[in-house]
Amino acid sequence: MTHDLLFSITGVVLIGIGLFGSVASTHIIKKLIAINIMGLGIFMIFLSTARHGMITDPIPHAVVLTGIVVAIAGTSLCLWLALKIHLLGEDTTEEVNANDV
Amino acid sequence: MFRKLILSESLSSQNEMTLLTRCALALVISILTIGLSAALILSPKAEPVLAIEALDKLALSGVENPVTAVLLNFRSYDTLLEIAVLLIVAVTMSTPSNKQMNQSAADTSRWLSVNDAQFVHPILTALLRWLIPLGILLSGYLLWTGAYLPGGAFQAGAVLTGVGVALAVAGRHHFTWHLFIARFVLTVGLIAFVAMAAGNALATGIVLQYPIEHAGLIILLVELAATISIAAILLMLFTQITALPNTSERLKP
Amino acid sequence: MVIIVSIELWMDVLLAVSTVLLAGLTLAARNVFTAIVLYVCLGLLVTIIWVRLNAWDVAIAEAAIGAGLTGALLLMAWRRLNHPVIVPSKDAKDVS
Repeated sequence: MTHDLLFSITGVVLIGIGLFGSVASTHIIKKLIAINIMGLGIFMIFLSTARHGMITDPIPHAVVLTGIVVAIAGTSLCLWLALKIHLLGEDTTEEVNANDV
Repeated sequence: MFRKLILSESLSSQNEMTLLTRCALALVISILTIGLSAALILSPKAEPVLAIEALDKLALSGVENPVTAVLLNFRSYDTLLEIAVLLIVAVTMSTPSNKQMNQSAADTSRWLSVNDAQFVHPILTALLRWLIPLGILLSGYLLWTGAYLPGGAFQAGAVLTGVGVALAVAGRHHFTWHLFIARFVLTVGLIAFVAMAAGNALATGIVLQYPIEHAGLIILLVELAATISIAAILLMLFTQITALPNTSERLKP
Repeated sequence: MVIIVSIELWMDVLLAVSTVLLAGLTLAARNVFTAIVLYVCLGLLVTIIWVRLNAWDVAIAEAAIGAGLTGALLLMAWRRLNHPVIVPSKDAKDVS
């Protein structure tokens, strides 16, 4: 009982940390990491409420498995779009050395 | 509140929030967190009605691992729609880039082509010679034991993706995704799932209800197709990101 | 029996506290590369928690996808965003 509650509260704290990070950080990759940390917190709440003493509820496990795969698909789609925007030339003022070109 | 998104690391120290905004944000989020924790502590624990139901009917599902039974039998709609979501992401990312990085050097008439012109680390190649068969074997093992022990289509697909990523990162091999065979591999999971659902609809009258005596075999076949598709789609996501040209290439005249 | 139960409880408390700390460190990192590496570590730590919660299926998937594949994707995208490498010519490719 206490173990389940412990990990549920850890999950809530992870959601809070991720929410703060996703709003406060400016770099796109850090924002994505923060959103993924929120996802980890949600999975943790799901899995810790799935334990009922001796028996373990398999349904939240299946939902979390689906969630992990969808999360990586969403993350890679975001990264790809960000790279496409980057290649279009928005907000890129960084200097490129002459020997790099 | 939402600042302009920064894509380049050298600029990311600019455009940050002020300390006051950060403190206000932290305050709001800590109130939210405390409220959520209080809700978790105060709410009574739910009775495991659905869990008992699912574990009771495990003998009818054709597999012994309860998670696989839920994923591929009791709630197979979830898995079907999830593979569809993955395919949508893959279709979105399959937009051909007009300046693919290795296009000139690699042979694009085959799905997996070897490019000997590129420099390859000899130790990495020797390691991969052992690692790749082992990875494929592990993937098959996870798929097969998914019926009895932890494992299944997602885990097997993830390990198979890892094999492909190792191959792609080593630099000698190049994947081309616009060919017919590649498209077939990407879609075979959804095709098999929908075909199985249609067949069940004709045989039993209910879309995703398997006949009990063949359930184990049907689940294994669908899982095999799903494994191949999941691995191919995740590998495609990786290689599409890798294949985008570099910043320096854009600045070339 | 009592001692065993309390050891398990302390292990869980340790895991929970270190997860929260690692998540905080990940987002507090100035360097994006550091953040990615710490996120991979967080994924591995969370895998242990899934095992503690009896979710073996999820633990395998998390170790392969959450820790391995996401890290590889983020690192690749980071390199593309920030490191203009030498344009590959026909005969040689310098991966720097």
